[in-house]
Amino acid sequence: MKVGDPDVAAPEAAEAEPTSPRDLLRRFLQGDLASLRVILAIAVIWIIFDLQNERFLSAANLTNLFLQITAVGLIAVGVVMVLLIGEIDLSVGATSGLAAAVMAVLNVKNGWDPALAIVAGVATGAAIGLLQGMLFTRFRIPSFVVTLAGLLTWQGALLLVLGKTGTVNLSNSGITDLANTFYGPAVGWIFAAVTIAAFALVTLGGHRRRVAAGVTAEPTPLLLIRIAMIAVVVIVAVAILNSDRGLPLALLILLAFVIGFQALTTRTVFGRHLFAVGGSAEAARRAGIGVDKIRVIAFVLCSSMAAVGGILAASRLLAVNQSSGGSNLLLEAIAAPVIAGTSLFGGRGSVWSALLGATVIGSISNGMNLLALESSVKFMITGGVLLAAVIIDAVARSRRQAEGRV
Amino acid sequence: MSENGEVLSIKGISKHFGPVHALDGVDLDVRPGEVLALVGDNGAGKSTLVKSISGIHTVDSGEFIFEGQEVSIGSPAAATELGIATVYQDLALCDNLDVVANLFLGQEELVGGAGTAIRALDEIAMEQRSHELLEQLSVTIPSVRSEVGTLSGGQRQQVAVARSLLGEPKVVMLDEPTAALGVVQTKQVLDLIRRLRERNLGVIVISHNLADVFAVADRIFVLRLGRRAGIFDTSNTSEEQVVGAITGASTDTAERERQP
Repeated sequence: MKVGDPDVAAPEAAEAEPTSPRDLLRRFLQGDLASLRVILAIAVIWIIFDLQNERFLSAANLTNLFLQITAVGLIAVGVVMVLLIGEIDLSVGATSGLAAAVMAVLNVKNGWDPALAIVAGVATGAAIGLLQGMLFTRFRIPSFVVTLAGLLTWQGALLLVLGKTGTVNLSNSGITDLANTFYGPAVGWIFAAVTIAAFALVTLGGHRRRVAAGVTAEPTPLLLIRIAMIAVVVIVAVAILNSDRGLPLALLILLAFVIGFQALTTRTVFGRHLFAVGGSAEAARRAGIGVDKIRVIAFVLCSSMAAVGGILAASRLLAVNQSSGGSNLLLEAIAAPVIAGTSLFGGRGSVWSALLGATVIGSISNGMNLLALESSVKFMITGGVLLAAVIIDAVARSRRQAEGRV
Repeated sequence: MSENGEVLSIKGISKHFGPVHALDGVDLDVRPGEVLALVGDNGAGKSTLVKSISGIHTVDSGEFIFEGQEVSIGSPAAATELGIATVYQDLALCDNLDVVANLFLGQEELVGGAGTAIRALDEIAMEQRSHELLEQLSVTIPSVRSEVGTLSGGQRQQVAVARSLLGEPKVVMLDEPTAALGVVQTKQVLDLIRRLRERNLGVIVISHNLADVFAVADRIFVLRLGRRAGIFDTSNTSEEQVVGAITGASTDTAERERQP
């Protein structure tokens, strides 16, 4: 049906609702395949690690896992913004460290109110994004060069801000509570109920409006399956968390940003233009879109989210030191969305991929720590996973190109 | 409308690039509900003429009369504002977006009133209008939610043309709309051009393919070395005459080879 025959193929005919279960399965696999693949991967990883060490799937360890992925997940949400326009930001790790240091120094050494110090930290991130975005668009320097220079610069700035001691310990509850607050079972179940109800209402409400307006709508069984899947995931997660310390505030913060950015990218003009710039900057420019403006905003959002992630990481560590934002954080934050289906080539992906990918990477690293593997092995395994993810992306892209033009 | 009912009249436009006279006093008229083919050899000035009308180039001299009013076309936005839409050969579509998103790119419809900082896309309204438009034009695509990258060349061309119609233009210019298309797809695009004529638009088609030109055009405008080398009514003209005008040879000695 690629080459439509004008006499036979009316648009309506092609959009008829699939009736057979097999058709339904095909659509399900096509539409949700990327997410489903990652969820299966997570399940396999969990089972493998649990067979090696039964503590892996204990409530305490899974709660730890969720806490471990919040920083990477938050930074990865921002990274999705620049990946969608086909660019990259190598400075997110250093930016997260610098923003956390600015917050810590203002709060601890200068006695700022914690909320103000947090705002200053995020503003630092936003300013970095603005600078890098302007340099990238004004001078047409490839983004990886601009942000590589940024990586070094902000690492230096981190050392400068921290001063001679090199470490600032956080004790103000306004900051440390972010990563160390847990809500009891009642709150957890209320959260679960509200989340599932809201998801179902939005999904079914949108579906009803589409059907009423007579435009393309996904088949109802598909939506019900999706709602059921979300419900199972949420209920299981809350049950696990409740049997340990409870629902962590950090996880709620991560979910709030994921949902907010998901809405921003899929339901607003800005989000549409983000995808358009990533798909074809020239087409976007000719359509009257301010391509450079979109790019700068994407970089600002990316660095701001890096700052948010850095602040959460500092809150969990109860300190900012010279290695904040260093080691694997950068690579993990970029790899997370790519592992879960966001393309390095721009124009394809989703904010969910940041959360799913961070879970994959977090599970692998948590599991390897639990098994007390040698550092050498951990590095090589992590490297292999990253490479596999990028290869999957490249293969998917070339397959699309092969199928694309008929 | 001007005295003879032209929607667009161009009088004596010239454009120089350094010492090169890309256009030298060209006159051209387009009437509503007519397909005017613009043909000429490589370097004859077709692109320059199209870009002058679409506002990418500013001309050195000459005037544009649009619906009886003298106008100046200083930028692509000015041309669009007047009601002159251009579909370029490279189409400028985003392969990663679906048909609806491409049709409305840069002019998305939003829910809710003005004033809110971040406004949501009105996907339902856009999809309905897309259906309406594509149906009027009898454009055949698998679904308005198909990704444009999965469509055939002819379907992509049709989407690009439909997109140009959203701004309710009076004149549509198509640059090589059938280049690199197969037989079936070419037929679809030519049918689409006929439907543009039925909508009473002035259509300018730039083409190298004389078979397509004779199939769809009412008049053929031949450009040679930046000047008008002839204007023919398709109904009483032979291909040899047009080829003769394109190459500059007289009709009886015209080479029999066709333009590729």
